[in-house]
Amino acid sequence: MTAKIEKVSIIISKGSLEGIYPGLIMANGARAEGMEANLFFTFFGLDAIHKVRHEHIKLATVGNPGLHLATWAGGLPGISSVMTHYLGRKMDQLDIPPIPEFIEMIADTGAGLYGCKASADLFGLTKADLIDQVKDIITVGEFYNLAAGGQIIFT
Amino acid sequence: MMPTKTYADGEVAVNDEGFFTDPSQWTEEMAPQIASAEGIPELTDRHWQVIKFMRHEYETKGTGPTVRALGKTSGVSVKELYQLFPKGPAKVAAKIAGIPKPRGCI
Repeated sequence: MTAKIEKVSIIISKGSLEGIYPGLIMANGARAEGMEANLFFTFFGLDAIHKVRHEHIKLATVGNPGLHLATWAGGLPGISSVMTHYLGRKMDQLDIPPIPEFIEMIADTGAGLYGCKASADLFGLTKADLIDQVKDIITVGEFYNLAAGGQIIFT
Repeated sequence: MMPTKTYADGEVAVNDEGFFTDPSQWTEEMAPQIASAEGIPELTDRHWQVIKFMRHEYETKGTGPTVRALGKTSGVSVKELYQLFPKGPAKVAAKIAGIPKPRGCI
Protein backbone atom coordinates (compact mmCIF):
# COMPACT_ATOMS: atom_id res chain seq x y z
CA MET A 1 0.00 0.00 0.00
CA THR A 2 2.75 2.48 -0.80
CA ALA A 3 1.86 3.70 -4.32
CA LYS A 4 -1.61 5.17 -4.63
CA ILE A 5 -3.48 6.53 -7.64
CA GLU A 6 -4.91 9.94 -6.73
CA LYS A 7 -6.52 10.97 -9.99
CA VAL A 8 -7.81 9.39 -13.22
CA SER A 9 -9.05 10.82 -16.51
CA ILE A 10 -11.04 8.30 -18.50
CA ILE A 11 -11.72 8.63 -22.20
CA ILE A 12 -14.83 6.93 -23.61
CA SER A 13 -14.55 6.72 -27.39
CA LYS A 14 -17.15 4.13 -28.37
CA GLY A 15 -20.92 4.36 -28.59
CA SER A 16 -21.87 0.75 -27.97
CA LEU A 17 -23.11 -0.59 -24.65
CA GLU A 18 -19.98 -2.68 -24.14
CA GLY A 19 -17.85 0.29 -25.17
CA ILE A 20 -19.41 2.66 -22.62
CA TYR A 21 -19.95 0.64 -19.42
CA PRO A 22 -16.31 -0.19 -18.61
CA GLY A 23 -15.28 3.48 -18.53
CA LEU A 24 -18.31 4.37 -16.40
CA ILE A 25 -17.57 1.59 -13.93
CA MET A 26 -13.94 2.69 -13.68
CA ALA A 27 -14.89 6.34 -13.12
CA ASN A 28 -17.49 5.48 -10.50
CA GLY A 29 -15.06 3.09 -8.80
CA ALA A 30 -12.35 5.73 -8.76
CA ARG A 31 -14.64 8.18 -6.95
CA ALA A 32 -15.72 5.44 -4.53
CA GLU A 33 -12.03 5.02 -3.63
CA GLY A 34 -11.72 8.74 -3.06
CA MET A 35 -9.80 9.50 -6.26
CA GLU A 36 -10.47 12.53 -8.40
CA ALA A 37 -12.07 11.44 -11.70
CA ASN A 38 -12.85 13.07 -15.03
CA LEU A 39 -14.68 11.54 -17.98
CA PHE A 40 -13.99 12.70 -21.52
CA PHE A 41 -16.45 11.57 -24.18
CA THR A 42 -15.10 11.53 -27.71
CA PHE A 43 -16.31 10.34 -31.13
CA PHE A 44 -19.24 7.92 -30.81
CA GLY A 45 -18.69 7.93 -27.07
CA LEU A 46 -20.56 11.27 -27.17
CA ASP A 47 -23.78 9.24 -27.53
CA ALA A 48 -23.39 8.32 -23.85
CA ILE A 49 -24.03 11.95 -22.85
CA HIS A 50 -26.40 12.84 -25.71
CA LYS A 51 -29.80 13.88 -24.30
CA VAL A 52 -31.79 11.68 -26.68
CA ARG A 53 -29.36 8.96 -27.71
CA HIS A 54 -28.10 7.95 -24.27
CA GLU A 55 -31.44 6.27 -23.57
CA HIS A 56 -30.93 3.98 -26.57
CA ILE A 57 -27.38 2.66 -26.31
CA LYS A 58 -27.17 -0.80 -27.88
CA LEU A 59 -24.91 -3.79 -27.66
CA ALA A 60 -22.91 -4.35 -30.86
CA THR A 61 -24.02 -7.70 -32.27
CA VAL A 62 -22.14 -7.47 -35.59
CA GLY A 63 -18.44 -8.22 -35.53
CA ASN A 64 -18.49 -9.08 -31.82
CA PRO A 65 -17.05 -12.58 -31.38
CA GLY A 66 -17.47 -12.30 -27.61
CA LEU A 67 -21.20 -12.88 -28.03
CA HIS A 68 -20.56 -16.36 -29.47
CA LEU A 69 -23.29 -15.90 -32.04
CA ALA A 70 -23.00 -17.10 -35.65
CA THR A 71 -21.72 -14.16 -37.72
CA TRP A 72 -24.85 -14.04 -39.90
CA ALA A 73 -27.14 -14.08 -36.83
CA GLY A 74 -25.63 -10.87 -35.42
CA GLY A 75 -27.00 -8.93 -38.39
CA LEU A 76 -30.59 -10.13 -38.19
CA PRO A 77 -33.11 -7.30 -37.83
CA GLY A 78 -33.81 -6.52 -34.18
CA ILE A 79 -31.14 -8.80 -32.75
CA SER A 80 -29.19 -5.92 -31.23
CA SER A 81 -32.31 -4.71 -29.40
CA VAL A 82 -33.12 -8.21 -28.16
CA MET A 83 -29.59 -8.81 -26.88
CA THR A 84 -29.45 -5.34 -25.30
CA HIS A 85 -32.74 -6.00 -23.53
CA TYR A 86 -31.53 -9.38 -22.32
CA LEU A 87 -28.27 -7.97 -20.98
CA GLY A 88 -30.14 -5.04 -19.39
CA ARG A 89 -32.28 -7.48 -17.40
CA LYS A 90 -29.22 -9.35 -16.17
CA MET A 91 -27.54 -6.08 -15.19
CA ASP A 92 -30.65 -5.00 -13.33
CA GLN A 93 -30.53 -8.22 -11.30
CA LEU A 94 -26.96 -7.35 -10.32
CA ASP A 95 -28.03 -3.79 -9.47
CA ILE A 96 -25.97 -2.28 -12.31
CA PRO A 97 -27.87 0.90 -13.30
CA PRO A 98 -28.91 1.73 -16.88
CA ILE A 99 -26.55 4.16 -18.64
CA PRO A 100 -28.57 7.41 -18.09
CA GLU A 101 -28.99 6.70 -14.37
CA PHE A 102 -25.37 5.59 -14.02
CA ILE A 103 -24.04 8.78 -15.65
CA GLU A 104 -26.27 10.93 -13.43
CA MET A 105 -24.93 9.11 -10.38
CA ILE A 106 -21.33 9.55 -11.54
CA ALA A 107 -21.92 13.30 -11.92
CA ASP A 108 -23.36 13.29 -8.37
CA THR A 109 -20.16 11.69 -7.07
CA GLY A 110 -18.36 14.85 -8.17
CA ALA A 111 -16.65 13.42 -11.26
CA GLY A 112 -16.31 15.88 -14.15
CA LEU A 113 -18.07 15.08 -17.44
CA TYR A 114 -16.70 16.64 -20.63
CA GLY A 115 -17.43 16.37 -24.36
CA CYS A 116 -14.74 16.45 -27.02
CA LYS A 117 -14.80 19.57 -29.19
CA ALA A 118 -13.49 17.94 -32.39
CA SER A 119 -16.17 15.23 -32.19
CA ALA A 120 -18.96 17.67 -31.29
CA ASP A 121 -17.97 19.80 -34.31
CA LEU A 122 -17.83 16.72 -36.53
CA PHE A 123 -21.33 15.58 -35.55
CA GLY A 124 -22.78 19.09 -35.39
CA LEU A 125 -23.51 18.87 -31.66
CA THR A 126 -23.55 21.72 -29.13
CA LYS A 127 -23.70 21.73 -25.33
CA ALA A 128 -27.51 22.00 -25.62
CA ASP A 129 -27.60 18.53 -27.22
CA LEU A 130 -25.80 17.02 -24.25
CA ILE A 131 -27.19 16.19 -20.80
CA ASP A 132 -27.12 18.96 -18.20
CA GLN A 133 -24.47 17.23 -16.10
CA VAL A 134 -21.85 17.85 -18.82
CA LYS A 135 -19.60 20.64 -17.57
CA ASP A 136 -18.22 21.72 -20.92
CA ILE A 137 -17.14 20.81 -24.42
CA ILE A 138 -13.35 21.02 -24.39
CA THR A 139 -10.38 20.68 -26.74
CA VAL A 140 -7.82 17.94 -26.50
CA GLY A 141 -5.35 20.45 -25.05
CA GLU A 142 -7.78 21.41 -22.32
CA PHE A 143 -8.33 17.73 -21.61
CA TYR A 144 -4.60 17.20 -21.08
CA ASN A 145 -4.54 20.18 -18.73
CA LEU A 146 -7.39 18.65 -16.73
CA ALA A 147 -5.67 15.28 -16.70
CA ALA A 148 -2.33 16.67 -15.56
CA GLY A 149 -0.84 14.89 -12.58
CA GLY A 150 -3.07 11.82 -12.93
CA GLN A 151 -3.52 8.65 -14.95
CA ILE A 152 -5.20 8.64 -18.37
CA ILE A 153 -7.30 5.61 -19.33
CA PHE A 154 -8.52 5.20 -22.90
CA THR A 155 -11.55 3.01 -23.55
CA MET B 1 1.45 -10.12 13.25
CA MET B 2 -1.94 -8.51 12.91
CA PRO B 3 -1.90 -4.70 13.14
CA THR B 4 -3.87 -3.08 15.93
CA LYS B 5 -5.12 0.42 16.65
CA THR B 6 -6.21 2.08 19.83
CA TYR B 7 -9.46 4.00 19.77
CA ALA B 8 -11.24 5.41 22.83
CA ASP B 9 -8.86 3.47 25.10
CA GLY B 10 -9.67 0.15 23.41
CA GLU B 11 -7.21 -1.87 21.35
CA VAL B 12 -8.79 -3.27 18.18
CA ALA B 13 -7.56 -5.55 15.39
CA VAL B 14 -7.46 -3.97 11.92
CA ASN B 15 -6.24 -5.04 8.48
CA ASP B 16 -3.45 -3.27 6.61
CA GLU B 17 -5.93 -0.71 5.23
CA GLY B 18 -7.18 0.07 8.73
CA PHE B 19 -10.56 -1.70 8.53
CA PHE B 20 -11.75 -3.58 11.63
CA THR B 21 -11.28 -7.32 11.28
CA ASP B 22 -13.61 -7.95 14.23
CA PRO B 23 -16.60 -5.55 14.03
CA SER B 24 -17.76 -6.62 17.51
CA GLN B 25 -14.80 -4.70 18.97
CA TRP B 26 -16.30 -1.43 17.72
CA THR B 27 -18.10 1.05 19.98
CA GLU B 28 -19.75 4.34 19.09
CA GLU B 29 -17.19 6.17 21.21
CA MET B 30 -14.46 5.09 18.77
CA ALA B 31 -16.12 6.65 15.71
CA PRO B 32 -15.04 10.30 16.17
CA GLN B 33 -11.39 9.31 16.50
CA ILE B 34 -11.46 7.08 13.39
CA ALA B 35 -13.27 9.85 11.50
CA SER B 36 -10.73 12.43 12.52
CA ALA B 37 -7.91 10.20 11.22
CA GLU B 38 -9.85 10.03 7.92
CA GLY B 39 -9.98 13.82 7.67
CA ILE B 40 -13.49 14.31 9.05
CA PRO B 41 -13.09 16.65 12.05
CA GLU B 42 -16.67 16.42 13.30
CA LEU B 43 -19.39 13.80 12.92
CA THR B 44 -22.78 15.41 12.30
CA ASP B 45 -26.21 13.77 12.58
CA ARG B 46 -26.05 13.12 8.83
CA HIS B 47 -22.72 11.29 9.21
CA TRP B 48 -24.26 9.24 12.00
CA GLN B 49 -27.26 8.36 9.88
CA VAL B 50 -24.89 6.79 7.34
CA ILE B 51 -22.66 5.15 9.97
CA LYS B 52 -25.62 3.54 11.75
CA PHE B 53 -27.05 2.43 8.41
CA MET B 54 -23.70 0.79 7.54
CA ARG B 55 -23.68 -1.09 10.86
CA HIS B 56 -27.27 -2.19 10.36
CA GLU B 57 -26.62 -3.43 6.80
CA TYR B 58 -23.54 -5.30 7.93
CA GLU B 59 -25.36 -6.91 10.83
CA THR B 60 -28.28 -8.02 8.66
CA LYS B 61 -26.50 -8.88 5.41
CA GLY B 62 -22.94 -9.67 6.43
CA THR B 63 -21.51 -7.02 4.14
CA GLY B 64 -21.58 -3.23 3.92
CA PRO B 65 -23.50 -1.50 1.10
CA THR B 66 -21.93 0.10 -1.98
CA VAL B 67 -22.30 3.84 -2.66
CA ARG B 68 -25.19 3.18 -5.04
CA ALA B 69 -27.01 1.06 -2.47
CA LEU B 70 -26.34 3.73 0.17
CA GLY B 71 -27.74 6.44 -2.11
CA LYS B 72 -30.89 4.41 -2.74
CA THR B 73 -31.61 3.19 0.77
CA SER B 74 -29.84 5.20 3.50
CA GLY B 75 -31.93 8.35 3.10
CA VAL B 76 -28.82 10.32 2.10
CA SER B 77 -28.32 11.12 -1.62
CA VAL B 78 -25.16 10.22 -3.54
CA LYS B 79 -24.31 13.91 -3.82
CA GLU B 80 -24.58 14.46 -0.07
CA LEU B 81 -22.75 11.20 0.68
CA TYR B 82 -19.72 12.56 -1.16
CA GLN B 83 -20.01 15.88 0.68
CA LEU B 84 -20.06 14.03 4.01
CA PHE B 85 -17.32 11.54 3.09
CA PRO B 86 -15.22 13.13 0.31
CA LYS B 87 -12.67 10.30 0.28
CA GLY B 88 -15.31 7.72 -0.69
CA PRO B 89 -18.59 7.29 1.23
CA ALA B 90 -18.90 3.49 1.37
CA LYS B 91 -15.22 2.99 2.10
CA VAL B 92 -14.74 5.72 4.71
CA ALA B 93 -18.11 5.19 6.42
CA ALA B 94 -17.35 1.46 6.65
CA LYS B 95 -14.05 2.22 8.33
CA ILE B 96 -15.66 4.64 10.80
CA ALA B 97 -18.46 2.12 11.45
CA GLY B 98 -15.91 -0.60 12.22
CA ILE B 99 -17.01 -2.99 9.48
CA PRO B 100 -15.02 -4.54 6.58
CA LYS B 101 -14.63 -2.61 3.35
CA PRO B 102 -17.60 -3.28 1.01
CA ARG B 103 -16.47 -5.18 -2.08
CA GLY B 104 -19.05 -4.20 -4.76
CA CYS B 105 -17.90 -2.77 -8.10
CA ILE B 106 -20.75 -0.33 -8.65
